[in-house]
Amino acid sequence: MEGTYIPEPEEELPGLNVSNSQGLLQWISSVDHKQIGILYLFLAVLFLLLGGAAALLMRIQLALPGSTFLSPEMYNQLFTMHGTTMIFLVLTPAILGFSVYIIPLMIGANDLAFPRMNAFGLWITFFGGLLLYFSFLAGGAPDAGWFNYAPLNQRQYSPGPGIDYYCAGLLLVGAGTVGTSINLVVTIIYFRVEGMTLGKMPVFVWMVLINSCLVVGAFPPLNAALSMLLLDRQLQSHFFNLMGGGSPIVWQHLFWSFGHPEVYILILPPFGMLSEVFQVYSRKPIFGYGFVVGSGIAIALLAFGVWVHHMFVTGLGNTVYNFFAASSMLIGVPTGIKIFNWIGTMWGGSLRFTTSMLFAIAFLVEFTIGGLSGVAFAVVPVDWQLTDSYFVVAHLHYVFVGGSLFGILAGLFYWFPKMSGHMISEKLGKWFFWLFTIGFNLTFFVHHILGIKGMPRRVYTYPDISGYSLLNLTSTIGAFLMGFSVLFLLYILRKSVKTGEKAPNDPWDAYTLEWITSSPPALKNFDRLPPVYSLRPLRDLKQSSQLQNHTDGINTNILPSKSDRGGSFEKNDN
Amino acid sequence: MENKLMMKMVIGTEAIFFIALMITYVYFSVTPGFNSASLRLLDIKTTGLFSVLLFLSSFTFWRAEVNFRQGNIQRLKLWMGLTILLGMVFLFGQGQEYWRLLHENFSISKDMFGTNFFTLTGFHSLHVFMGLILLTVILILILLGDFDDPGSTVISTAGIYWHFVDIVWMLVFLLVYVLPVLK
Repeated sequence: MEGTYIPEPEEELPGLNVSNSQGLLQWISSVDHKQIGILYLFLAVLFLLLGGAAALLMRIQLALPGSTFLSPEMYNQLFTMHGTTMIFLVLTPAILGFSVYIIPLMIGANDLAFPRMNAFGLWITFFGGLLLYFSFLAGGAPDAGWFNYAPLNQRQYSPGPGIDYYCAGLLLVGAGTVGTSINLVVTIIYFRVEGMTLGKMPVFVWMVLINSCLVVGAFPPLNAALSMLLLDRQLQSHFFNLMGGGSPIVWQHLFWSFGHPEVYILILPPFGMLSEVFQVYSRKPIFGYGFVVGSGIAIALLAFGVWVHHMFVTGLGNTVYNFFAASSMLIGVPTGIKIFNWIGTMWGGSLRFTTSMLFAIAFLVEFTIGGLSGVAFAVVPVDWQLTDSYFVVAHLHYVFVGGSLFGILAGLFYWFPKMSGHMISEKLGKWFFWLFTIGFNLTFFVHHILGIKGMPRRVYTYPDISGYSLLNLTSTIGAFLMGFSVLFLLYILRKSVKTGEKAPNDPWDAYTLEWITSSPPALKNFDRLPPVYSLRPLRDLKQSSQLQNHTDGINTNILPSKSDRGGSFEKNDN
Repeated sequence: MENKLMMKMVIGTEAIFFIALMITYVYFSVTPGFNSASLRLLDIKTTGLFSVLLFLSSFTFWRAEVNFRQGNIQRLKLWMGLTILLGMVFLFGQGQEYWRLLHENFSISKDMFGTNFFTLTGFHSLHVFMGLILLTVILILILLGDFDDPGSTVISTAGIYWHFVDIVWMLVFLLVYVLPVLK
């Protein structure tokens, strides 16, 4: 990459505000991985508010039986947009945001391998999201659910333009996600600091590497399905149209052979974040590094062999069901291994209960609940009983919110001082933790009961029978508590940026290289880097400089480097 | 090296995309609704000829790459131009096949074979077209004198994509044109 001109701002990065000489333009035109990472997070917040608003409108509608607050058509559009938004435009950008921000810092590089492709990925995701939301103005949002089953997605059942916007929007968002994932893989393979072999990479880097490969493998079936659907709707081809000889089942196969890896795409990077958080706040290295990484690889491989458990009611036959029931139970094993790894990391450690750590510990509980209800669906008769009921809604929210989002929030409270240069008040952070956790469980725990009682999902109202009303009202109250706590989080973050105390370089006494840089890091991440001998290079550095009685700060042992854009750091001869 | 790994991952993801389309084709081709009468509309001889020209473009690209590594920029221009020409001739062949089929009242909405045929070959042609844009940009840069460093990986990176497009066509041609004749 030598000699390549990168159109990068020359001035200092503006931190989290736009008040510099170039203003907003500096952010829009930036190709710096730190700014793009922050923009990804802003993107996630923007769509979190939109998707959250859709959820709250649904919960208002469901607060009382027989309510007419929303029309059935509007309700269909809202649950479709809520699911699509949260998966493609909130969790994915949040994960990519942390990945593009933290990965170069963790591996000792100064940027991603392809900075301009990184910017492209961000903006194509943003405009894909806008295109999806434009459907509201163009005559109706998509209304066939986030997995958009045929034949509901065909013209005769969904005559509005919503599904066309769904296809076009998701194709663009997917292009951005795949591009950024390829970028991350190349960066991790080629831009690691000298000495950081694969076996010495931090767990988060490993999980992002595995996850990016998973993205590259999982998105093409979705793109193929979306292209076929767009052709069906625009050029009257017959892929999913039974009348023309097509097959709705093909849509389900293609969608879920993307869709099931996708749920692991949304959980593996949070697994990595949690591994960092558990280590630092337990004052111990990760317990069973090889098992954490290996089980991640196992999950990624098995993820491609379990998709039919979403299709147990399609009548594919017992042979198929038995195979996929077995594989779906099998994939629970590597996930369980990780839970024990994290408990083992905390075992006998000197725990610090910061907000980040609280989210990590709560994750263990919530994700285990979600995991257990998930394993229940691997049992075919249980699936037949519970599929398309609120039990599914409970399960998927326990893994997406209790799993992915709790992991991301643990990562947010862990890395926020590094990204913004300011500390978050622990007192307010803990208020947020309790409000959010109580709100979340209040909202979704009752969904388990509703599902077992037989309340179907995706129906805009319900009759006043068998205790539905009280449980639904509880859920609505919990949802508003969650909504309030998200606004409270934004308030906390803003307050911290404005008036929070300045963050030192290494506020948590952490182990990995990103904490060497200033908070926030300068435009050029590293001038010098310590040699990497272990999983915890920063700890080694701190210990060796203690041995030398702090002769010259921590700079004594730092190697000179010649590279401007990361990668090839020179070996020190002396 | 970064360029090449990036391109290998791009074609990895594109390969899975085509595998998804081909599996769909095979899935529908064994269902009863698949109209074998439509299959006979295809002109295997003409398309076979154009296919050979596309495969030939992989050879000319290889010659271009060899000449580039040897610093022989004049020959590089020649072979690169020839590659682009062959790619364009192939696309012309696809165009005239489509034109003929549409005039015989055979379109994407006609039956399941039409749906699969136009989608599969259409997406392949789209990839050839994108490859041509890529190669044309490179040719313009060569003509402007930008490629004087034999260590550059740009041409070999583009080559990974161009050969990939050829291999995909080999499989699509076998699946759509050759196998029904053998049956």
